[in-house]
Amino acid sequence: MPTPRTLYDKIWDDHVVRTDEHGTSLLYIDRQLVHEVTSPQAFEGLRLAGRKPRRPETHLAVPDHNVPTTDRHLGITDPISRIQVEALEANCREFGIQLFDMADKRQGIVHVIGPEEGFTLPGITMVCGDSHTSTHGAFGALAFGVGTSEVEHVLATQCLLQRKSKSMLVSVDGELGRGVTAKDIVLAIIGEIGTAGGTGHVIEYGGDAIRALSMEGRMTVCNMSIEAGARAGLIGIDEKTIDYVRGRPMAPQGELFEQAAEHWRSLNSDPGAEYDRVVHIDAASIRPQVTWGTSPEMVLPVDGSVPDPAEIADPVKAGSYRHALAYMGLTPGTPLAEIPLDKVFIGSCTNGRIEDLRAAAEVARGRKVADSIKLAMVVPGSGLVKEQAEAEGLDRIFTEAGFEWREPGCSMCLAMNADRLEPGERCASTSNRNFEGRQGQGGRTHLVSPAMAAAAAIHGRFVDVREEGA
Amino acid sequence: MPIKPFENFRGAVLPLDRANVDTDAIIPKQFLKSIKRTGFGPNLFDEWRYLDRGEPGQDCSNRPLNPDFVLNDPKYADATILLTRHNFGCGSSREHAPWALADYGFKVLIAPSFADIFHQNAIKNGLLPIVLDEAIVDRLFQLATDSDEPLTIDVDLQNLTLDADGHGTIEIDIDPFHHHCLIHGLDDIGLTLTHADDIAAYEARRQNEAPWLFA
Repeated sequence: MPTPRTLYDKIWDDHVVRTDEHGTSLLYIDRQLVHEVTSPQAFEGLRLAGRKPRRPETHLAVPDHNVPTTDRHLGITDPISRIQVEALEANCREFGIQLFDMADKRQGIVHVIGPEEGFTLPGITMVCGDSHTSTHGAFGALAFGVGTSEVEHVLATQCLLQRKSKSMLVSVDGELGRGVTAKDIVLAIIGEIGTAGGTGHVIEYGGDAIRALSMEGRMTVCNMSIEAGARAGLIGIDEKTIDYVRGRPMAPQGELFEQAAEHWRSLNSDPGAEYDRVVHIDAASIRPQVTWGTSPEMVLPVDGSVPDPAEIADPVKAGSYRHALAYMGLTPGTPLAEIPLDKVFIGSCTNGRIEDLRAAAEVARGRKVADSIKLAMVVPGSGLVKEQAEAEGLDRIFTEAGFEWREPGCSMCLAMNADRLEPGERCASTSNRNFEGRQGQGGRTHLVSPAMAAAAAIHGRFVDVREEGA
Repeated sequence: MPIKPFENFRGAVLPLDRANVDTDAIIPKQFLKSIKRTGFGPNLFDEWRYLDRGEPGQDCSNRPLNPDFVLNDPKYADATILLTRHNFGCGSSREHAPWALADYGFKVLIAPSFADIFHQNAIKNGLLPIVLDEAIVDRLFQLATDSDEPLTIDVDLQNLTLDADGHGTIEIDIDPFHHHCLIHGLDDIGLTLTHADDIAAYEARRQNEAPWLFA
């Protein structure tokens, strides 16, 4: 009998071109997503070396990090941002790469449009010069972020030099409670294993609670694998995966689709396959999560209180806690539910898909954003998400409640465009990183689910969304 | 891009006593709008290093410095070795982080662990990340901060050793392929293209097995 293999083993084996005497493999890359921030130097490298993309049709480009979320028709007013987006357009023209420009209704965050277009497919290898490429692992694809040198490497050779990672299974067993979402699952996992817990590993997510998630929810979980230190997260392929891909514009069609689907159904870990590490999490024990610090592992259930560094034995960790509390302007012992907020951001590649907007709208319906909130904004992940949300009337629910309804892009997840926090401002955000300065210099970020963010906007502070009766 | 071959050297150590230093801290997002690979050094650790808000294109020589940040301590002005804590370089995949560290003048980074993507990006730019046991890192922090003079370390990549100012030799462990690339300053795209036949053979086979990926 053949040795049982994990899903990661199977995808890896399918993509190894050759392995050298050092154990480094040349791994074939099926698809690459390209955006304006991490690609200009890669295209410049190609030009300097006189090289061309090996398979230009396997790359898809879109500007997302720098694009404005208001007054799109005015273009980009920041001249430096504009040059970067124009460079992407010129590079795509020169090298024959398909681009969704800012005026295209399919424009959006790379990790939202890949799945939406059927560019992301099960069983493939996929990279992008962006760490949240792990998102696409929800489709049983081996997808990971790379630096600019590797963007260039993939353009030129369709391959990357890789050493196989270790494997980790995170099994979320049982059923989630009401009001607890994919975002809470992944924050709880990071709280459990730490931001370096997955370093050197590819995480496969399994268990009943993961199987029960929609594709959108699975993308949210895989998206934040990088915040657990893992380059990639994976979920086995089932009929939900296949149904999501069927009929998408760039997916195979007809007979070819059925042939592909048959192969995809074989892409699950074999019974008895071994992992280097296995972690079990009880789904029923997960409560809505809120981060309190400046690392995603600094997270607690909403009914918790700000921790006390004096109670931490490890001096390096205690030091990190003290730095974090000073930056966040928080005092040990303060209940998370008493922390007042200034701004609310709903969007990003973590939580900018239609299901996320529906969950937030459900909480906001017929209510008003608290007077103390200076800005509550909803930024759809793509033009198509925006269109769908508007067809469902979600935009009106948000605007009637006092939220701003914006154009798609990365926006205040990383604040490269005009959307940002001012020093000292505190934000409930559905994004993925609460690092110092991430949403603007001196800004203070608390990561939460879309429903929790909407509830925080209504109350002006964190509340347990399970008590909202929504 | 080909990298310069890594040569043995003696350098001074700058101790950055923080865990989980992320790439947003190493080089904040507003500087990622540049379409060049160079010029990021003055904005390395921008938010910790200066007291004002950094913007692209600014002349950094007149900006108010944060006197409490270790990079601004004159003792470490000539440092080329960055000593830090676990999970250095976590977060975004921005290669601007190693570009900024190298542009500032760092050649070697020492920590108990590095984030995966950052580690890979560092190697691609000829910057040597060295993983050492927590206890050795603790000891180096002590040596680096105890005296008025900076700690200097001899880095011998050929023989895979560090010599910390006569405090003993430390053996270092590095992926043999990375070692090979750093010592010889290889252009790994060029290296991969020497296997163009293997890539073409793989594509031909794969097109048969998974035609939907070639449609």
